[in-house]
Amino acid sequence: MGSKYLIFLGCAIPYRVSAYEISARKVLSKLGVELVEMPEFNCCGLPLDPVSHEAMLILAARNLALAEQQGLNILTLCPGCAGTLKKVNKILKEDKTLREQINAHLKEAGLEFKGTVTTKHIMQALTEDIGLETIRKAITKPLTNLKVAEHNGCHILRPKEYIGFDNPEDPQTLKTLIEATSATCLDYIDETECCGAPSVGVSDKVALQLARDKLSHIKMVNAQALITICPFCHIMYDTNELRIEKMFNETYGIPVLHYPQLLGLAMGIPPEELAFNELRVDATKIVKQVTEGAKQE
Amino acid sequence: MAETTPAKEPIKASEIDPKFKYEIAKMHGGEKLLRCFQCGTCTSDCPVARYSDTYRPRQIIRMAQLGLRNRVLNSDTLWLCAACFTCTDRCPQDVEVASVIRVLRNLAAEKGCVPQVFKDQAASILESGYAYKIPELRIKKRESQCLPPLPKGNPESVRKTLKNVKFFQNTEKKGEPSGQ
Repeated sequence: MGSKYLIFLGCAIPYRVSAYEISARKVLSKLGVELVEMPEFNCCGLPLDPVSHEAMLILAARNLALAEQQGLNILTLCPGCAGTLKKVNKILKEDKTLREQINAHLKEAGLEFKGTVTTKHIMQALTEDIGLETIRKAITKPLTNLKVAEHNGCHILRPKEYIGFDNPEDPQTLKTLIEATSATCLDYIDETECCGAPSVGVSDKVALQLARDKLSHIKMVNAQALITICPFCHIMYDTNELRIEKMFNETYGIPVLHYPQLLGLAMGIPPEELAFNELRVDATKIVKQVTEGAKQE
Repeated sequence: MAETTPAKEPIKASEIDPKFKYEIAKMHGGEKLLRCFQCGTCTSDCPVARYSDTYRPRQIIRMAQLGLRNRVLNSDTLWLCAACFTCTDRCPQDVEVASVIRVLRNLAAEKGCVPQVFKDQAASILESGYAYKIPELRIKKRESQCLPPLPKGNPESVRKTLKNVKFFQNTEKKGEPSGQ
């Protein structure tokens, strides 16, 4: 279909989650998606919502106004960014008074929000624009013997009134995308529960307990890997897995893959191009299983 | 930040600000505060409440309805919400619980009650446009990772758009966003 988007990286990904970006770009390019870099973008605004809702609205609107100048729809890898840009776009389109207030701030920098672009998270773009059919056709090494679990995270689903994507109580999109690779996606307790990331820095204890809860539920069903689609959730489960293991004196050893890494493997992209070496929890075992399994067939 | 219990002391009538709830209901996201009938769905479904001894969204909403302005705004507990929006989605009265809590946080921030982590992010946004200061090493490494260069930011333009925001006006006065 030759989809073309403006890619909005946000802050967390260039800061410390490069494996997600590397694998996403590889996979999207192979699927024929064209990504245009977004000049002069700033933080989506979400991190400032707790201290100033107004600042959040302005920061998001500034990004939307920049995208409008380019005349391209936005694609994000981070659900927090996608959720914020979607929500603010909807609010400002519907509320004329608020739009005028926010535009008065943007005017200080010569910008204006008009409400002419849409934002999609990569998962939404994969299912709605690129399509499962195209993805299935691109699979050359089906991951038939792999059993994984998924974690959607919150901001891709909630609040449903603003996000309007999938069913927040029983989401299916990520499962379907995982199953498109022929891997099995296992059910487990509290799948839609928060990873705890937003509480880091306020109470690490609470945050890590939430992540630990998920890891223990995932271990219970013997998942070989956990699949995420959010940089923050990934940090909680991958970067912090060792910390959680020490804190609770438990062993998990569950590799945490960004969905594009999983999809990339199934599309036959060499693992060394999918940044597995950037992961904190060693994923060699499943990468080996996938690549050697394919050779045997 | 230590967890403190917000409501163990008896409530005095002099603490109550009867107009507080209307002030909240006028703010974006706080409109439906008055609909809450204290069923407790928010607290029972809250993942943070499961592990915190003090964070109870229903209690925060009740304190706001009662008008316990200082008690709720000075409470550290307010900052524990993970903004997962489970409460908002499941509230039978359609109260945007997480948004009411965000409104309360905004009011607390105006008074200077903000955990350090948020101050750091605000300072970083003013300086670079990003919530985190992206290390030079990371930016340089992109080339070896076959990633395109990080687009050049425009922090000056970001600062211009934020200069009339109350929270950042405190910044200029005190040298850091909303200092304590």
